[in-house]
Amino acid sequence: MELDFLIQLLVNGFIIGLLYGVVAMAFVLIYKSSLVVNFAQGEFLLVGAWACWWLLAKFSLPFYLAFLFTLVFMTIFGILIQVIILRPLIGEPIISIIMVTIGLSIFFQAMMNWMFGVFVEPFPRIFNNESVNLLGLQVQTVYIMSGLISLFIMISFAIFFKKSRLGLAMRATAFDQQAAQSLGVSVKQVFSAAWGISAVVSAVAGIVFGIVNGISSGIAFMGIKVFPAVILGGLDSVLGAILGGLVIGLLEHLAHYLDVQYLNIGNMMRIAPFYALLIILMIKPYGFFGTKDIERV
Amino acid sequence: MLELKNIEVVYNEVVLVIKGLSLKVKKGEIVSLLGANGAGKSTTLKAISGLLKNEDGEVTKGNIFFLDKEITDSNPSDIVKNGLFQVMEGRRCIADMTVEENLRLGAHTRVDRRNISKDIEKVLSYFPRLKERKGLSGYLSGGEQQMLAIGRALMAKPNIILMDEPSMGLSPLLVKEVFNIIKKLNQDLGITILLVEQNARLALNISSRAYIMENGKIVLEGGSKELSKNEDVKEFYLGGGKGDRKSFKNLKSYKRRKRWL
Repeated sequence: MELDFLIQLLVNGFIIGLLYGVVAMAFVLIYKSSLVVNFAQGEFLLVGAWACWWLLAKFSLPFYLAFLFTLVFMTIFGILIQVIILRPLIGEPIISIIMVTIGLSIFFQAMMNWMFGVFVEPFPRIFNNESVNLLGLQVQTVYIMSGLISLFIMISFAIFFKKSRLGLAMRATAFDQQAAQSLGVSVKQVFSAAWGISAVVSAVAGIVFGIVNGISSGIAFMGIKVFPAVILGGLDSVLGAILGGLVIGLLEHLAHYLDVQYLNIGNMMRIAPFYALLIILMIKPYGFFGTKDIERV
Repeated sequence: MLELKNIEVVYNEVVLVIKGLSLKVKKGEIVSLLGANGAGKSTTLKAISGLLKNEDGEVTKGNIFFLDKEITDSNPSDIVKNGLFQVMEGRRCIADMTVEENLRLGAHTRVDRRNISKDIEKVLSYFPRLKERKGLSGYLSGGEQQMLAIGRALMAKPNIILMDEPSMGLSPLLVKEVFNIIKKLNQDLGITILLVEQNARLALNISSRAYIMENGKIVLEGGSKELSKNEDVKEFYLGGGKGDRKSFKNLKSYKRRKRWL
């Protein structure tokens, strides 16, 4: 029984970890291309989840349509935030920009509470079977979906950055803004693209979290939770973000296991990632995959 | 093709760097822009390509025309689209990308996306040694990085390339190779080149005309051959000059320099 419980937790941890990885990737995307630490990342999840819920509950659209509309809406939302609020701040001190993103975070949280209320709203039922039997384990259908979506997003990211014109431009901008400009890359375009993509990806994660636990402002907490993941991987590494997400997801569930079985403290699950964060910052402040300059010898 | 009319560049709203500079580059030419450190050569190039804004610089007076259109204060990306490409000082390859990705990046503004793979092959045939390099471009040698930077410029199919010190940090042999490449590009592909250089002798050798800058102004201009015979140029930039420099010449050359300023 205990072993089953552990394996079950590890599977859940893995899938949730993938999802953290996706959110962390969205975070890194913004940081890498425009050097903005986006404290409103969690609110992107929240807005996305509420948007999808609203389309489902008020218009009774089929799930896939609502999902698609949400993605389109979030792309525009992300780009607008960048164009209207962050573009005028280019060149301002980093602390002002951070304050603005914190402000955005508070603003959207309040707005969502005002529009949709403060109570947890469950998602309308989407899957016929709540859970599926996978090799003797009961796994929630939405977890499987989320795992697949996460993997899909990660693979598309990899291809996007390797092959596409915009992806290459984004990498170039991240590496050397002026050099990228001298090659004809429009930095403005790259920044808005980064915010648009980041918002969409976060929204997907937000919807999945919403389906699992219902939507409340608690989803925005995920934005804070990916910090340990991002710091672990290194602030500017996409690969690091994914691995960091996985590690944090697994760690969280392991902590839960220890807690339930032996310690009985309660709530270890929520705190463990931040202990990890503290330790990482002490021993490896740039994370495991953070920038190391290439040096020719 | 490219014309600067009396431009003035100010950094940080106070530092006046370029003071009324005019120059002209005709189609198919190689023109070199020479001068000591801090004369404002790189600033001139950045003023043309629109990259000044990143450094808090601004063209406060004068106009820049390219292909009969005014491009003063345009966005760098629009300028590249119009066919003016700057190879920046220090090469600026994207170190965490491979050679091929760097080349593909060079074609960013191109509309005919389908021909890009073909053009990569073509560019690599100019620089055969880049073909063997499969790793990240950050690990290339300085000469290879310079070749990559030039190749990247070719990918954009520009009409004119502004080159900022292509010989920087290269061994004498490689400098020669790079200059041969520049000459070849000009002759084979008909690309106009505005060359900023410290190596005045080589630059005067491959260019048809040259401008000499000092303190943000053009102090001398003319055909490269005449300039390399000019006594002042010989003394200040090419070394040698007259044999008896050691005696009273110091005083005289000071006066001569005065006349330039």
